[in-house]
Amino acid sequence: MRLRTRPFFRRGLTVASVAAISAIALAACSAPAATPDPGSSDFVPITSIKLQLQWLPQAQFAGYYVALDKGYFADEGFDTVDIIPSGGDIVPQDALVAGDVDFAVAWVPKVLGTLEATGAELTDIAQVFQKSGTLQVSFKGDGVSSVADFQGKRIGSWGFGNEWEIFAAMAAEGLDASSVSITTQDFSMNALLDGDVDAAQAMTYNEWAQILEVINPATGKLYQPEDFDVVSYQDTAGAMLQDAIWADTARLDDPAYADATVRFLKAITKGWLYARDNPEEAASITYNAAINAEAAFPVGPVHQEWQMNEVNKLIWTGGDFGIIDPAAWDKTVKGALSAVNQDGLHLITAEPAASAYSNTYMQQALDALKADGVDVSGGYTPINVVLTEGGQ
Amino acid sequence: MTRKRAAVAWGVVGVLAVMVIWELYKFLGPAEGFVIGAIADQRGSGVMILPRAHDRAMPHIWDMVARLFQSTSGGDTPPLIVPVLTAALTTLGIAAVGWLIGVTVGALLGMVMQRWRLAEWGLLPWIVVSQTVPLIAFAPLLASIGTQIDRAGTIPWPQWLSVAVIASYLSFFPVAVGVLRGLEAPDRIHLDLMRTYAAGYWPTLVRLRLPAAVPHLLPALRLAAANAVVGAVVAEVSIGMRGGIGRMLIQLAGQASSDPAAPWGPTFGSIALGLVAAGSVALVGVGLKNYRRGEATA
Repeated sequence: MRLRTRPFFRRGLTVASVAAISAIALAACSAPAATPDPGSSDFVPITSIKLQLQWLPQAQFAGYYVALDKGYFADEGFDTVDIIPSGGDIVPQDALVAGDVDFAVAWVPKVLGTLEATGAELTDIAQVFQKSGTLQVSFKGDGVSSVADFQGKRIGSWGFGNEWEIFAAMAAEGLDASSVSITTQDFSMNALLDGDVDAAQAMTYNEWAQILEVINPATGKLYQPEDFDVVSYQDTAGAMLQDAIWADTARLDDPAYADATVRFLKAITKGWLYARDNPEEAASITYNAAINAEAAFPVGPVHQEWQMNEVNKLIWTGGDFGIIDPAAWDKTVKGALSAVNQDGLHLITAEPAASAYSNTYMQQALDALKADGVDVSGGYTPINVVLTEGGQ
Repeated sequence: MTRKRAAVAWGVVGVLAVMVIWELYKFLGPAEGFVIGAIADQRGSGVMILPRAHDRAMPHIWDMVARLFQSTSGGDTPPLIVPVLTAALTTLGIAAVGWLIGVTVGALLGMVMQRWRLAEWGLLPWIVVSQTVPLIAFAPLLASIGTQIDRAGTIPWPQWLSVAVIASYLSFFPVAVGVLRGLEAPDRIHLDLMRTYAAGYWPTLVRLRLPAAVPHLLPALRLAAANAVVGAVVAEVSIGMRGGIGRMLIQLAGQASSDPAAPWGPTFGSIALGLVAAGSVALVGVGLKNYRRGEATA
C-alpha cells in the first residue's frame, strides 16, 4: 500500500531527469591529422610510425614482427615502430582514416566498402597477399565441390565483411541468397563438424588447420585433408585481394610521409623475405610476440608454423613482393560490384577512385632493395608441417 | 551442526549435483542431440530439443579442470588458470566501478521518485523501458561516443570506462526500484509519529525511511552486483575490449573445435567472478545487520 506523508510538490521536477542525458551528447568532433606543407622539399624524416593490424598477433602478420625483431625497421631509420593488434575493437581502415595510425593492414574489399560508405581516401600501397586464402570446406560425399553445388545447400559464412567472396562467386554462377541458404557461423569449425552447415568458410592458414587438429571419431586419428572437399575462392570468379598495406592518400603528398612509406615498405619486404626463407623461425618470433601481447591467446606453436607456411604460399607467387596486379585488382572490384549479400546489400555500387591503389611506393622500395642486391621476387618452397591435436 | 556449516554443506551439495547431472546427461544423452522437425537431406533443419553430448560440445568435467592447469597457448605459456584469474580480476574491477555508478544513480533516482510522485510517474516507465534496450546494440554506440570524447582530448575516456558505464546501465535498475520500495516501506503509524514530532523530510529520511529501506536495499545491491558483472562481460564482448574475461571467452571459443575444454576456463572464471561480486555485497549487509529484519529475498 502506498502512503504519503505530504502532498507532492510541483517545483523543480523538469530538471532532474534530463540533465544527465544531454551531457553525453556533447563531444562529437575528432581532431584531424596535422596537414603537412606540400610546398617544402626539405623535411624532417619520420622516425616513429604505427602499423594497425586487422587481428591479434599471429603468423598472418609474421613479416612485420620479423622486421621488428631483426631490426629491419631500425635499419630504415625508424626508432619506434608500434604494431597495434586489433581484437575486433579497432577497424584498421577507420583507425587510419582517423589518423590514429600511419599504416594499416586490411582486406581490399573491406576497405573498398569503407571508402565508398564514408568518402574517405586511402591507398593500397602494397599487396602483401597476392592470392585469396578463403576456402569453403565440406565433408567428402556431401556433393559440395564447386560453387555451383551451393544451390539448395546450407553455406556457412562469418559475416563482418569476410563474406563478400562467397557472394561474388555465387553471383558469377547465377546464385543468390534466395537459392542458397547462408548461415552465419562462429569462428570455431563446430558448425561443419556437427553437420549444422553443408560447407563452412575457412582460411587456409587458420580454420582449415583447426579442422585438421580435431580427432576424427571414426578413425581415432586427426581428420585428414582427404576427408573433405575444398572450394578455394582463388579458383573462382569471386577471388578477392586480401591482406594489403594501406596509407592515407592525402598524406602521401607530404614528402616526409612518402619517404617514410618507402622506407617502411623496404623494411617489411625484408621481414617477409626472412619469413619466406626461415618459416620456422619466423613463426616462432611471431608466436613469442603473440604470447607476450596483451590478451592475445594465440593457438599453439605448431598452428603458427602451419599458418606461416600457408601465408608464404599466398605471398610468394612468383612475382615481386607487394606489387598490385592490376588484373587481380580489377577482378576484386568486379566481384565487389556484383556481390549482393543475404540482406540484399551491395558492398560497393561504383568503381573506387584511381587513388585507391598505387604501385609507386612499392616499386621504389623494391628498386632500392634490388640496388642493395636483395632478391625480392620468387616462389616459396613449402615446408611440411605436421599438425597436432589442438595445435599445441 | 550449526546453521553456517549446514549452509556450506548445501553449497557443496549444489555444486556436486550440477557436476553429477552434467556427467549423467553426457553419459545418457544423445551424442548428436535430438532434433525434431528435421527435413531429410537438409542440413541444420529442425529444432534441437536435446543438446549434443559429445566431447566437443560437453567436455568431461575432469578434462575441463585439467585444461585449467595446462599451458594457455602451448610452449612455455603459463597455465590457463593464470590468464583466467587475471582477466577475471580485470573484469571485476570494471564491474565494481559500474556497480558504484549504478548504485549512485539508482539511489538518487529512487529518492527523487519517492520524494515527488510526479517524478515517479514520469521516470518509472522510462526506467523500466531502459532495461528492454538490447545491450549489444547500445554498447558499441556508447563505446564510439567514448572514443570521440577521448579523441577530443579534453577528458580522457579509456575503453574500460565505456564498459563500466554499460555495466552501470544494467545495475542501476534494481537499486532504483529497491530504494523506491524501501523508502516507502515504513508503516503509516511510524510516519505519523514522525509527523507528531514535526520532523521534516530529511529527519524522516535519515531516522525512519533509510533504516526501514535496508531489507529492500540489500537484495537490490546484490542484484545490481550480478547485473554489473553480466553487463561488463557482455559489453567487453560487444565492443571487443581486450584484457577482460568476456573477450577471453570469445577468443578461446574460436578454438573450440580443436581445443573444446579451453573456453570453459574463462566460463568458470566468470562464474567465480559473479560469486565474488555478490559475496562482496554480503559484506555490506554485515555492517547493517541491525536493520535486516524481515529481509525480502532476491
